[in-house]
Amino acid sequence: MADYEPAIIAFVCNWCTYTAADLAGTSRLVQPPNVRMIRMMCTGMVDPKYIIKALLEGADAVLVSGCHPGDCHYINGNLKARRRMKLLKEILPKFGFDERRLKMTWIGASEGIDFAETVRQMTAEVKALGQNDLRTRMVL
Amino acid sequence: MSKTGKITVKDRDPVSSLQDFLKLLLEKGTVEAVLVQQRLPVNNAVMPALVTDPEKLGGADPLAPAFPLNAARMLSRLTRKPLDTPIAAVMRPCEIRAFVELVKLKQGSAGNVILIGVDCLGAYGNTDYARIAASSPAVPCSNPPENRPAAEGSGHVDSGGTPPGVESTLTFHRNILSGKGTVVDGADISPACKSCEHPVALNADITIGLLGTNIEESLLLISNTEKGGVVLGELGIKEDDEPLDSRQRAVEALVSERLAYRDRMFERTSAAVSDIEKLMSYLGNCVNCYNCRVACPVCYCRECVFTTDVFDHEPAQYLRWAKRKGALKMPTDTVFYHLTRMAHMSAACIGCGQCSNACPNGVPVMELFRTVAHGVQRAFGYSAGASFDEAPPLSVFHEKEFSEVTGGHD
Repeated sequence: MADYEPAIIAFVCNWCTYTAADLAGTSRLVQPPNVRMIRMMCTGMVDPKYIIKALLEGADAVLVSGCHPGDCHYINGNLKARRRMKLLKEILPKFGFDERRLKMTWIGASEGIDFAETVRQMTAEVKALGQNDLRTRMVL
Repeated sequence: MSKTGKITVKDRDPVSSLQDFLKLLLEKGTVEAVLVQQRLPVNNAVMPALVTDPEKLGGADPLAPAFPLNAARMLSRLTRKPLDTPIAAVMRPCEIRAFVELVKLKQGSAGNVILIGVDCLGAYGNTDYARIAASSPAVPCSNPPENRPAAEGSGHVDSGGTPPGVESTLTFHRNILSGKGTVVDGADISPACKSCEHPVALNADITIGLLGTNIEESLLLISNTEKGGVVLGELGIKEDDEPLDSRQRAVEALVSERLAYRDRMFERTSAAVSDIEKLMSYLGNCVNCYNCRVACPVCYCRECVFTTDVFDHEPAQYLRWAKRKGALKMPTDTVFYHLTRMAHMSAACIGCGQCSNACPNGVPVMELFRTVAHGVQRAFGYSAGASFDEAPPLSVFHEKEFSEVTGGHD
């Protein structure tokens, strides 16, 4: 597969990962520009269908990133999100979606370096997996 | 806690003997009403009915191999608010398991309900059943009872004699007893029933046992709960300590046969949908009618997002999609709908097969949903409908679990 630039959709928590991404930016950390960020008030409100839709529309990977357990602004939204990710990781691979296209991480507000590293790693990994061609293919 | 009694079958007709048992429930005032499969005075159709007049139970046919809809939904309507007076619900094992899921989702309450679970030997799809019931008198009986007048005419329950529908019920059970199997007129019981490992009801207060007995002579009555025991006591059902060995053996044999069928089905279905291309051809005939969702007893949303204006896309949006892809299949969102529905119901799927029964285009959706549900329920260590106490997987969480999801960190 020819070299391509993957599109990674990231659903990030307003209270932690979004701030971490901001920090990574203001700290001028170098990171690939492949992530499209969607700021959520909490990962606990990432409906599984947002993730399914992203993959069906051709996202090469989806990242859901929230606060470390115990740090959730809404007490436990991140733990609910983890169960939903578990659910999707059980369902979607049955239909040939590579499990590595679904990633969940805990990145706190002060962890800008972690965020940049996660993006670097994920971009490299998804590049190796190859393109999700559903973007330009007819999906029923 | 389990106590065993017996219903003696008169005239080799288990249906009318069961009717007598249910009449007793109403006449003794044990319950105010009985929810039971009832033969309608039209078309040989069988539907759940809420019966309060003992006389009307002459139309009850809980043994009919018909499964027009999952009655858990009906019981959920009746118990949306707790009942003041007790009712009895005669249901299939899968209906009871669906009801258990609905109770856990706060869409029903089991408080004043006496759940009567009938051993299930399977049921035909709706179109097959209508055909079989209509042509019933023509089906050769292995052993026609002399005292039963030949069924003719309207099929109305009050017409005297056995209406043709009931005759088909008796033939179905006679064929199974005599080892002839379930194929009638080229139609077999639905794949959901053939792959069902729960022919015996879980969580029933009272079980009506067909397996391992000669149902032309007697039916087993087993109370599984205190509530069930009290009811049998009130009705004056004599307990006997007859060993249940033959029942045990019959249940085990049937379950292992069905498990084998189920596992073959899982394997076949997994292979048939193993990538998105295959999934699309699997769902190729889907027309987005959403009947599978309407028929599903555990599709619990009061309003489905797929029928809200979220999916009333802007006309220009369709054109943008079409331009990007070159061709856009209409209606859109078919695969999206099915994947989303699986995310919703797979933890609660009890495998009743009403989705396939409701599909107008013969898409084998039951096979797909059950295969996925099996994996999901295994992943969460959950068995849908098995217990009132086990919390649905997506309604609870723990601080330390599934660390593999977040790369080993928790």
